[in-house]
Amino acid sequence: MNKIFEKGGKLHWLHSTADAFDTFLAVPGTVTSKGAHVRDAIDLKRIIILALIAVIPAALFGMWNVGYQHALATGTTVTGFWGIVLGYWWYGFLRVLPLYVVAYAVGLIIEFGTAQIRGEEVNEGFLMTGFLIPLIVPVDTPLWMLALAVAFATIFGKEVFGGTGMNIWNPALLTRAFLFFSYPNSMSGSSTWIHVKPGEQLVDGFTGATPLALDGAAQYSTSVWSEFLGTIPGSVGETSTLCILLGAILLLWTGVASWKIMLSSVAGALIVGFIGNVTGATAIPCWEQLLLGGFAFGTVFMATDPVTSAQTECGKWIYGFLIGALCITVRLFNPGYAEGMMLAILLCNTFAPLIDHCVTSAHISRRNKKANVA
Amino acid sequence: MSDTIVLKKGLNIPVKGEADLRISKAISPDIVAINPADFKGLLPRLLVKEGDKVLAGSPVLSDKKNPDILIASPVSGTVKEVVRGEKRKLLAVLIQADDDQQYLDFGVQNPDTMSAEQIKETLLKSGLWPWLVQRPYGIIANPDVTPKAIFVSGFSTAPLAPDYEFTLGGEAAFIQKGVNALAKLTEGGVHLSLCGKNFSNSPFRRMDNATMHKFEGRHPAGNVGVQISHISPIRKDETVWTVSLLGLAVIGKLLSTGRYNVRRKVAVTGPMALEPAYVDALPGTPIKSLAAFYGSLADETRFISGDILTGSNVGENGYIGYYADQVTLVREGTERELFGWIRPLRYKQFSTDRCYFSWLTPGRKYDMDTNLHGGPRAFLVNDAYYAKVLPMDIYPIYLVKACLAGDIDKMEKFGIYEVLPEDLALCEYVDPSKNNIQDIIAKGIDLMLKEMA
Repeated sequence: MNKIFEKGGKLHWLHSTADAFDTFLAVPGTVTSKGAHVRDAIDLKRIIILALIAVIPAALFGMWNVGYQHALATGTTVTGFWGIVLGYWWYGFLRVLPLYVVAYAVGLIIEFGTAQIRGEEVNEGFLMTGFLIPLIVPVDTPLWMLALAVAFATIFGKEVFGGTGMNIWNPALLTRAFLFFSYPNSMSGSSTWIHVKPGEQLVDGFTGATPLALDGAAQYSTSVWSEFLGTIPGSVGETSTLCILLGAILLLWTGVASWKIMLSSVAGALIVGFIGNVTGATAIPCWEQLLLGGFAFGTVFMATDPVTSAQTECGKWIYGFLIGALCITVRLFNPGYAEGMMLAILLCNTFAPLIDHCVTSAHISRRNKKANVA
Repeated sequence: MSDTIVLKKGLNIPVKGEADLRISKAISPDIVAINPADFKGLLPRLLVKEGDKVLAGSPVLSDKKNPDILIASPVSGTVKEVVRGEKRKLLAVLIQADDDQQYLDFGVQNPDTMSAEQIKETLLKSGLWPWLVQRPYGIIANPDVTPKAIFVSGFSTAPLAPDYEFTLGGEAAFIQKGVNALAKLTEGGVHLSLCGKNFSNSPFRRMDNATMHKFEGRHPAGNVGVQISHISPIRKDETVWTVSLLGLAVIGKLLSTGRYNVRRKVAVTGPMALEPAYVDALPGTPIKSLAAFYGSLADETRFISGDILTGSNVGENGYIGYYADQVTLVREGTERELFGWIRPLRYKQFSTDRCYFSWLTPGRKYDMDTNLHGGPRAFLVNDAYYAKVLPMDIYPIYLVKACLAGDIDKMEKFGIYEVLPEDLALCEYVDPSKNNIQDIIAKGIDLMLKEMA
């Protein structure tokens, strides 16, 4: 690294920042000083970049869907392969790009600043958080609100606890929760999910509500197939179950995310969804719940966050199951909120340490019992 | 005879440089060093001064807390120098070896007719007591305590570890004698664990006075701590002793010949070792006498007395450790790898993580270096990530965090009594956050020692 950033150099106060860019370009030449003399090639940068790659299909599709939904709403649908693929995508990309710029700019400034204050290396955790945030908010979220929410989530959700690895709640979801409770008008209802410019002509019968808000009823021709593909209104990245599944395959293949959490979350959702369907609380069959709203996105990318999820293997089963079950419970039995995934995950984040405490306490007393017998 | 205990968790690190099963050289060093840091728990008191004559087996150091515990000279010769560091801390005693080796005579003895007290006395005065290591804490055993049992690992699974059948196969009779002697020091008997795979050919499989156990699995299946946790886990207020197979042979030799003879076959291994093979050497032999193995590459080599996971970095001017039967030479990984972490393949690097592709080539050996491969971070991945390489009934990261917090109660609950840093060495190896887990555990153990004293 350049000398001026070293101790005693003119720009030493910027060394965390310089270091971050430096280690981004090349693996540092640091050698082991204590303990094992050789180390595995894996590092957190690699794990996080793979998690990020897993989200890319959902992100690209989400951008396309922004364009597509806009076209449907205004009746300006185009024909031709390139128009459909690139035209819609480009339209959506231009709408989503500002969200990315704001989320990354605000988050990274705080992240670099706190690393600088602590004199530590900059953590790569926000690369992932910043990539997720624009995907879980409505496309028309005002940028100043987003900036405020990102700042809140990064400072009070993460940095005050000691930075990445120490946080209790998933910072991306905390951003969304901040928006949800502070600015409910911009975060729910039927006018937020589809980008429409002021003064644009809308087609007859347009509602703009998500299928969940309509309790599964169709607005244009919402079929199960379009719910699976993702051509429905919703937060930017959450709609396409197919693209999320592609990401899930990568995450499970590489072992970055826990299959136990994903599986138990699906099981929890199916069971509560089934009960709700049988008792007449909803007309939506339990399996369709998996395709709607943020369930798939939350289960695959949010619930599996290794920092905020349960740490123990047994705890992961409980944690995942509770998320799935709570999500559908909120959907079915809370008239105020159409979707419950965000609340379910944040609540289970809160309880994850307790779940782990119970699991490890049981383990300890089992060990002690074994000792008494022997 | 118990059934084979198969351990599914663990990892064999595929590093290049396994030693050929041949003795390439017998080293009779001019100078031998006794390094007090090799002996965990020893508060050294110097018993010799510069210019004193010593024989092989003459005491050089004693323990301030228990003056009966002696450290003996491996050679006969003259004390050349007492090396001291800051605050006059004793760093090493250097002994100039005679051409003609003289041994202090402790007399040929038959352990079968000796009492426990006599055996203790013989081991103490001959300087062989430090081969007995106490658990918990991994310090030199306290002679006043009667241990629950004594455990011996009959094989090593550490990276490039020496093959005991080659190094000690011819000394089975001495080992038997050592077993006979130690069996008298405990009610719980001597437990010898062997590798289940080679069991039927093992020269150590027929031992009297010992309970045999069979283990199968990847590293750390050969660690005595892992074996104990599957045979009879250590609980609060319990003490067990461990001794290495080499230690048993040394004790057996003393009883059979009356001589303190700690000569051993040392495996010189590692990716930087030219034609890795075994040498016949003494503890405290200078690394420089292994010059034939590294030639002109000393500047870019790290010299490790021990294996790549738990050994100590002694440098070219250092010495082979007292208990070591392996020296590993690896490249210092100071080179910077451009875009290392984002490269899709990174073919030359090994990783257990599926984020890379080395799991596709299971048979391949890698030219590993000492690069950290990343920057230090807070613990981010789950406990289970580490538990994959620890075949014990323990949550490793909970234990590590208890040690970091200095919470004695939690450390106890999460199993500090059962582990030594070496048992969690693989957790340290796989850690994507690059924490020094062995150091954290060692500090936790030091805290326990201080609080329990």
